[in-house]
Amino acid sequence: MVLGTPGTHRDGNHRMTSAIHIENLTRRFGDLVAVDSISFDIGHGEIFGLLGPNGAGKTTTLSMLATMLEPTSGSATVNGIDIAGDADGVRKSIGIVFQDQSLDEELTAWENMDFHGRLYRIPAAIRNQRIDELLRLVELSDRKDDIVKTFSGGMRRRLEIARGLLHHPSVLFLDEPTLGLDPQTRNHLWTYIATLAQEKGITIVITTHYMEEADRLCNRIAIIDHGKIIAMDTPERLKARIGGEVVTITSPDPDRVVSVLAGAGIETVDRRDGQVTIGLENAEQQISGLIVRLSENKVPVTAIAVHKPTLEDVFLAFTGKTIRDVEGDAKESMRIHHRAMRH
Amino acid sequence: MDIVYTIWLRSMKRYVRSKSRIIGSVSMPLFLLLFLGFGLNAVVTLPNSENYISFLMPGMVAMSVLFSSVFSGIQIIWDKQFGFLKETLVAPVSRLEIMIGQTVGGATTAFIQGIIILVLSLFIGLVVDNALRFLVAFLFMALIGISFTAFGIAIASRMEDMTGFQLIMNFIIFPVFALSGAFFPIASLPPVMGTVTLLDPLTYGVEGIRYGLTGSSQIDPLVCLAVIGGFALATTAVGAYLFRKIRI
Repeated sequence: MVLGTPGTHRDGNHRMTSAIHIENLTRRFGDLVAVDSISFDIGHGEIFGLLGPNGAGKTTTLSMLATMLEPTSGSATVNGIDIAGDADGVRKSIGIVFQDQSLDEELTAWENMDFHGRLYRIPAAIRNQRIDELLRLVELSDRKDDIVKTFSGGMRRRLEIARGLLHHPSVLFLDEPTLGLDPQTRNHLWTYIATLAQEKGITIVITTHYMEEADRLCNRIAIIDHGKIIAMDTPERLKARIGGEVVTITSPDPDRVVSVLAGAGIETVDRRDGQVTIGLENAEQQISGLIVRLSENKVPVTAIAVHKPTLEDVFLAFTGKTIRDVEGDAKESMRIHHRAMRH
Repeated sequence: MDIVYTIWLRSMKRYVRSKSRIIGSVSMPLFLLLFLGFGLNAVVTLPNSENYISFLMPGMVAMSVLFSSVFSGIQIIWDKQFGFLKETLVAPVSRLEIMIGQTVGGATTAFIQGIIILVLSLFIGLVVDNALRFLVAFLFMALIGISFTAFGIAIASRMEDMTGFQLIMNFIIFPVFALSGAFFPIASLPPVMGTVTLLDPLTYGVEGIRYGLTGSSQIDPLVCLAVIGGFALATTAVGAYLFRKIRI
């Protein structure tokens, strides 16, 4: 499967230039295929986003790349190191911030960092210097001797990111790093991440639910659903695929809206709750014609909204669901996932 | 070795901060020692005309070590639930090192808990007549600590959450303790119970401590050392094996 991969590789030597190379990676839990033969490359210094509903296979993919989970079949290299062949080699070169918190709450911020540094066998002098440096970077210097139990969600996240960077990884995995944070803290964190990638030149792989932020941060995005990659490109090109602008028509009779639009050769992207969504080139000029056509056919219209396509629309177009629907299903799919994990 | 030390260091830091745990796990053996000891002292006559309270001391020290070590081992479940275990498992270190670190850490805290009971016993009649022999008691306390921390880790590796903890305590740990010859001289038990007592690995730990504290025991101290030492090795091996297969 060859998908858009700007700026990474044009020829066959992508093993040399890719931070991550994935080939037919598959993971099954019993009957459930969590990750279904995915293949792609991530270039050095890229911020790469994995978007998808819960249970789509994002975390499973990350777990395999981080050598926490063995693939059922297929292969992958991280920094040129085979995940199956040299797990410790991979582990030394990656940092990971898990979806769920993984700090010791009884220890102080500094002690959590120190524990990590010792586990990665960083010599004491360098360790202490880096800890101070990183705690300053995430603005936790003044709280370094406080027990983590007293920290807010945002502070804990920042500490985890700092910890993930302590051993100078060349690839950083962030699994839903801003989940459950308030919008302000979230924005703050994304700024950090962007700065990090720029200053330290590390490759960052992010899974997220927040479309707007994936859009703002990521150089490239892969949309994953049911374990398969269904689209992969830069956010701009993904949005361009929708074509022009997105028009949402609200009507008490959406069926007729769809049929009238179909008569005009306009394809419906989505319809739900009396709303019909379409993609339209040059919407400013075409919209009046559209309205005339609808009123000529006596189709009742309550409202029409025109906006630039967002990743949300892209997601909708590719998966047939909005991310909000997906969050509604999250509990259910997590249960399925959990059951499958027990097998 | 540095990884084992790192994990041990964390256990120590957590231990000194958990005042409630220190007090909590000392209170039960102390309570038993005082109430059973003083309460039954006048009623119970031991074959060798020993004080009942002196007879109880080794068992209560062992109890303190036992409960504390099982609890330390089983705490891995908390690490699993609060996510900290992932941080350790994704590091480029072997699981054996992590498991050994946890075991040494848990055994150390359990050992300290035993020492607390030992020190408190000095106030109610424990006499240190031979310092060197006392070290034998320390050795047995350490072996009980290692055995049952590793046992706790083995259990925790297979458990999803803390709901099973009470079950383990009631159906495994408490019987192990009650049948260990801590309360009664083995010789005065009916034959069936005597046999059961001899099948309990903790019996050999208690008797080893008894030898260290009083200079006499109901079982040869070398036999005690062989059995509890072997048991420590076996639980560590099983714990390491199950911990290796832990899924998070």
